Amino acid sequence: MNYKMIRNILGWLLLFEAGFMLIPLLTGICYGEAEIRYFAVTIFLCASIGLLFVWNKPQNPTLYAREGFVIVSLSWIVLSLFGAVPFFISGCIPNYVDAVFETVSGFTTTGASILTAVEPLPKCMLMWRSFTHWVGGMGVLVFIMAFVPLSGGQNMHIMKAESPGPSVSKLVPRVRTTALILYSIYLGLTLIQFILLLCGGLNAFEALCTAFGTAGTGGFGVLNDSMASYSPYVQWVVTVFMLLFSVNFSCYYLFLLGRIKEAFNAELRRFIVIVGAVILVITLNVRGLFDTLGEALRHVAFTVASLISTTGFATENFDAWPELSRTLLVLIMFIGACAGSTGGGLKVSRLMILFRGAFNEIGNLIHPRRVKRITIDGHPVEPEVVRATNVYMMWYVLLFTVSVILISFDDHDLVTNFTAVTATINNIGPGLNLVGPTGNFAFFSIPSKLVLIFDMLAGRLELFPMLVLFAPQTWKR
Amino acid sequence: MNIMIVGCGKVGQTLAEQLNDEGNNITVVDTDPELVSDLAARLDIMGYVGNGATHTVQQEAGIHKTDLLIAVTGSDELNLLCCLIAKKAGNCQTIARVKNPAYSSETAYLKDELGLAMVINPEHAAAAEIARVLRFPSAIKIDTFAHGRVELFKYRIPEGSILSGMAVKDVVAKLSCDVLVCTVERGDESYIANGNFVFAEKDTISVIASPKNALEFFKAMGYKNRAVRDVMVIGGGETAQYLCSILHRSGVSIKIIEKDQRVCSELCVRFPEVSIIHGDAADQSLLLEEGIRTASAFVALTGLDEENIFLSLFAKSAGHAKVVTKINRIAFDDVIKHLDLDSTIYPKNITADLILRYVRAMKNSEGSSMETLYSVIHGQVEAAEYTVGEGSPVTEIPLMKLKKKPDILIAAIIREGKVLIPRGGDMILAGDRVVVVTRAKAIDDIADILL
Repeated sequence: MNYKMIRNILGWLLLFEAGFMLIPLLTGICYGEAEIRYFAVTIFLCASIGLLFVWNKPQNPTLYAREGFVIVSLSWIVLSLFGAVPFFISGCIPNYVDAVFETVSGFTTTGASILTAVEPLPKCMLMWRSFTHWVGGMGVLVFIMAFVPLSGGQNMHIMKAESPGPSVSKLVPRVRTTALILYSIYLGLTLIQFILLLCGGLNAFEALCTAFGTAGTGGFGVLNDSMASYSPYVQWVVTVFMLLFSVNFSCYYLFLLGRIKEAFNAELRRFIVIVGAVILVITLNVRGLFDTLGEALRHVAFTVASLISTTGFATENFDAWPELSRTLLVLIMFIGACAGSTGGGLKVSRLMILFRGAFNEIGNLIHPRRVKRITIDGHPVEPEVVRATNVYMMWYVLLFTVSVILISFDDHDLVTNFTAVTATINNIGPGLNLVGPTGNFAFFSIPSKLVLIFDMLAGRLELFPMLVLFAPQTWKR
Repeated sequence: MNIMIVGCGKVGQTLAEQLNDEGNNITVVDTDPELVSDLAARLDIMGYVGNGATHTVQQEAGIHKTDLLIAVTGSDELNLLCCLIAKKAGNCQTIARVKNPAYSSETAYLKDELGLAMVINPEHAAAAEIARVLRFPSAIKIDTFAHGRVELFKYRIPEGSILSGMAVKDVVAKLSCDVLVCTVERGDESYIANGNFVFAEKDTISVIASPKNALEFFKAMGYKNRAVRDVMVIGGGETAQYLCSILHRSGVSIKIIEKDQRVCSELCVRFPEVSIIHGDAADQSLLLEEGIRTASAFVALTGLDEENIFLSLFAKSAGHAKVVTKINRIAFDDVIKHLDLDSTIYPKNITADLILRYVRAMKNSEGSSMETLYSVIHGQVEAAEYTVGEGSPVTEIPLMKLKKKPDILIAAIIREGKVLIPRGGDMILAGDRVVVVTRAKAIDDIADILL
């Protein structure tokens, strides 16, 4: 284990975190808030520890797969621990575990909150909450890689461990250029949404926070009722952008290159079909609850987009909808967004591999000697990828089950426990019943919150980095 | 620059590594998914699985944005086809590896008619290097600059040499020959030599000089430096065949030991003057019988690196022959360095050097151009020759006043056909050819040596 290199990268991470905190600091200065001093303290803390860590450049920059995993998981933990400091020392969130929960929920783009009301919070705190979504959406280490030449070619391990999806492909030969392209697309889309929201009558602060929350598919809002009190125009803009941010970013790259046919790949086509079908069924199911079909469609489209993209904004209390709708909504929480987007969940492409593999095996039972390989877009999927996907599913189910059991000690009802884990492991935010769109996570005990924190991190980092961090073999020589 | 490499074999991997190090964008294409994914995980490059000679695969791998395509698969025909298709599909330069002697005699024709930028033949390049070393057996490696006017040779200081204990600055005066010591390798460390450096036994030094002064140097070291007269070659593959045709011209008598009866009979038709022995070289008594004790040179060119190394070690212990070992695959450079071998030849590195030179020359379209490039210490120090253009910022300034980057040595200046080993007061003029020894990577233009 190359501890020196891990220390070095964590140092860079803290320096970048100090940089990220300049945004809430500036917000605080604009609104003349006194709480900016807590950010100043945290920035000083992060920057000094960061400088200490990067001071000695390690001689051997070699990173292997296990360092890649450990760096990614440790980075996210460290990032959250320091990110929680302003909430805690300012007294906005008096309990440190709660503050960490809120920050992890931010960085992992979950959007699950332990706050009962957000409006009393100072603007700089709200900005930091929303900005963590934006940073966490695309990945912090990818961001760092775009600017700091960490090490030769070894950083592919880091990108692999941090990027969502069953297999990671680069857009261009260099990781660094790839990271830059991805972040440019990300920044571009966020800017467009910001401008469209400004046109909808939101003030700059609200528009920026909402754009950050949507771009990272996070879900922290700045109003107590999330998106409900915004105009239909704003709700439609958010709906469209939630869906846009749950598309694989390489599709946009191909789109910009004019390779439109390639951009509409099998995963994207499936995603569009799923979204369309679910919206149709639920709209028919809930029609009676709304005055007009248009209003029903708006709320359903918003809710479906919000849950499948794993954002978690709400315009309506979907917990009060009929059972068919509630069931479908929970199901799309598991499906999640496309691979290579900022969204969470199982990812459409992973499900495609799982389903095709499952049907293939049935075929193999009937024709034992048949040879058939799973293909996506005409390209064969390597058996290792199929195997890794199956293993992923297994661990997902295992972690899910264990988490539900562990938080059941708090003695809340099954739907609450089940959807609380669903909402955190898939990085969505709201679930049903007590953790529904009108509720929050404040009532859970500290141990349950720790379990949910682990679930959020594991879900965002696609399980393996967190599992590797706690595997004993990792730390053996 | 965007470079596509088709074929992820030994040469392809070495090229990908070095070109990637120099900041090019690399895409590799191979039919073997495992090779591609291994390489793409190890280096920061793009991998693509597929047959690189097909139009579809080239399109998907992005041929239209590629500046240079290098085809180094195991098959000559595939490489040529690859280049042909790339030439039609994109607007790129192409380099093909062609190793079959039947094609390589038509290199010029192939280049012109197929529009190739370069045809490389690793086996032939290796044979040429072996022949050079055999002409100068006291050195372990010789590279030439400016059409042979300057030689850069490597020499290992033996025990009890007059060099050990001598400082670099005293070499010229004490040995009375105009040479310049460029680098010193001691154990795993390597240095660009400065004047106060003191040599020790077993150091490997690289020295630059004109051929005449190089001879003087070896005379002063106490060698009667005669070119090799008779060579024992193990293995009758392509490299051996090229070596035969090169050495034959200079009248060296050659003996080839080859296992395969069929290859033996082909060889004796092609090279009637070479004595061909059919037998297994791993048989110690055969080697002794064929005179390994008295041969003046021994060249191990079998397909197995391990066998080459063992045979060479045996040759070293059995006689006084100059031993040359070909190593293709084994990557344990550090271990091999510590073995008591004379000269080791790495065809993949020779090939990579040739292509690297072409890539660097492609990059600098203006100013001075790179003429030759050799790696002196693999992956660490390289020597390159540039023609200095009019108005280059390095001209007309005494060398001692030139603000150079660290670890850069101006090793030789060739002016109007005369070789000048530069000292601090000399200066570079436009039109000169300059040999630069450097630890820095990717110096494409002579102006890059400045801070």
